[in-house]
Amino acid sequence: MSETILEVRDIHKSFDGPGVLRGVSLEIREGEVVVIVGPSGCGKSTLLRCINGLETIDSGEIRLRGEVISGRTRDLHLVRQKIGMVFQSYDLFPHMKVMDNLQLGPVRALGRPKAEVEREALEMLERVGLRDKAQALPRTLSGGQKQRVALVRAMMMHPEILLLDEITAALDPEMVSEVLNVVIDLASGGMTMAIVTHEMRFAEAVADRVLFLEEGVILEEGSPEQFFHEPKTERARRFLQSFTYAARRNRDGIQPKNNPGD
Amino acid sequence: MQDLGISILFKGVNFQRLLMGLWVTLRLALITIGLSGVFGLVFGLLMLSKRKIPKIFCRCWLEIVRFMPQLVLLYIVYFGFARLFGWDLDGETSAVIVFTFWGTAEMGDLIRGALTSIPRHQTESAAALGLTKGRIYLHVLIPQTVRRLLPQAINLSTRIIKTTALVKMINVTEVLKVGQQIIGQFYRQPDAAFWVYFVIFLLYFLVCWPFSLLARHLESHWA
Repeated sequence: MSETILEVRDIHKSFDGPGVLRGVSLEIREGEVVVIVGPSGCGKSTLLRCINGLETIDSGEIRLRGEVISGRTRDLHLVRQKIGMVFQSYDLFPHMKVMDNLQLGPVRALGRPKAEVEREALEMLERVGLRDKAQALPRTLSGGQKQRVALVRAMMMHPEILLLDEITAALDPEMVSEVLNVVIDLASGGMTMAIVTHEMRFAEAVADRVLFLEEGVILEEGSPEQFFHEPKTERARRFLQSFTYAARRNRDGIQPKNNPGD
Repeated sequence: MQDLGISILFKGVNFQRLLMGLWVTLRLALITIGLSGVFGLVFGLLMLSKRKIPKIFCRCWLEIVRFMPQLVLLYIVYFGFARLFGWDLDGETSAVIVFTFWGTAEMGDLIRGALTSIPRHQTESAAALGLTKGRIYLHVLIPQTVRRLLPQAINLSTRIIKTTALVKMINVTEVLKVGQQIIGQFYRQPDAAFWVYFVIFLLYFLVCWPFSLLARHLESHWA
C-alpha cells in the first residue's frame, strides 16, 4: 500500500456559532483522489481551507507526510509550498501575463531559475492546450481557460497534494468539461487530490473514494460505484436525489434529462 | 485698434513674469502632492487599521476637509494662526500646510479604497502558492493597488494644481496674481484682462492636460 500523504485527525472548527467541522478525520494516500461532496454549508470548503492553513483549526491535528502542519503560523508558507490549491473564482493575478502567473510561485517562493521554470510552464500549458496563451493577460481568457491556467499554476509548485475547491462552480456550463478533463488527466498522472465539487458525474469519473460530509461530520465514505449507486445512509440518498428532477412532463418518446448538475 | 491687448504680454518681461508665477504654482502643487502621497499612505493604512481611535480620527479629518472650503482653511492658517499662536507663517508655507492637510485626507481615502477593492482571493491564491507575506504584498497586492490608485491620484493632483490659484488671496505671487499685476499696469488697455487671463487659462491647460491624458491612458491600459 502506498504512503499516506495527508492525515486529518478529529478536527473541529467553528466561526462564532455552531461548529462548521465537528470532528472530521480522513487519510489520503499517495496518488489517491478523494472527492468530498455534501450540501452547501456542510463544511467541505472549510475543510480544504483548514488543510492549507487559510483557516486555523480549533482542535485536532493535520499531518502532511507524517509532519504536523496544523497550528503553525511562522513557517506556514513552507507548508503551503507543498499543498496546491485552486479556488472557485479563478484567481489569476490580473496584472500579470499567464507566464508570469505560472512563474511567480516557482521563482519567488522556491527560488528556481527562471529559464527552467519557463520551459516547464510551456510544457504544462501545451498539455492543457493553452501554449499560445503564455503571453496573454488573464482578462483576455475565458473562464474555462483561466481555470486551466490556475490548475497549471498550482501544479508548477509540484505539490504533494492538490486541493480543488469547487473549481467549476463559477463557470459557464459549456466550459466545465474542458477544466474537469484536465483534472482527470492530472489524476491519471498520479497526482494526489482532495476535490470538493457539485459535479456528480465528474466526481464519479475521477474519484477513488467519495466522502459525504454533512453538518461538519463525515456521514458516509465509499467507492464511487457504491456511493453513487447504493448510498448507505438516507441523508446521502436524499442528497443525490436533489440532483435529479422528480417531476416529469409527460411527453411520449422524449427522455427527460436526468442530471442537471452536468 | 493699433495695439492689441495680447501684445502687452510680450512687452518687457511680462511673459517671463507669468512663467515665474506658473513656477510658483507648480512648486507649491508638487510639494503638496509629494507630501500628500507620503502622509496619505499613512492615513490610508490608519483608516484600515482595526483600532477604533485612529479610524474615527481619520474619518473626522476627512469630513472636515470635504466640507470646509479650502479658502477658509487658508485664512484660518494664514491669518488665524498668526493671531492665535503668534506664528508668522508666510503665504507659501501656509498654503503647503493647508493643501497637504486636504491632500493627505483625499489621497488616504483613495489609497484605502484601492487597497480594499482587491479581492481577498488574490491574497489567498498568492498564499496558497507558498509566498511569504512580504512577497504577497510586493508581487500581488501593491502592483494591483498602484494600478487602481494611479489614475485617481493623478486626477487628485490636477485638482490640487488648480486649487493653488486660491493662494493669491494670502499674498502668494503665483501665476494668477502675476497676471493681475500685469493687468493693473495696463489698465488703459481695455482688453488686457481678457488676453492675460486667456493665456493663464492656456498655461493651466498645458500643465494639467498631460496629467489627464496620462490618467486616461493608464485607466484604459490597466482596466
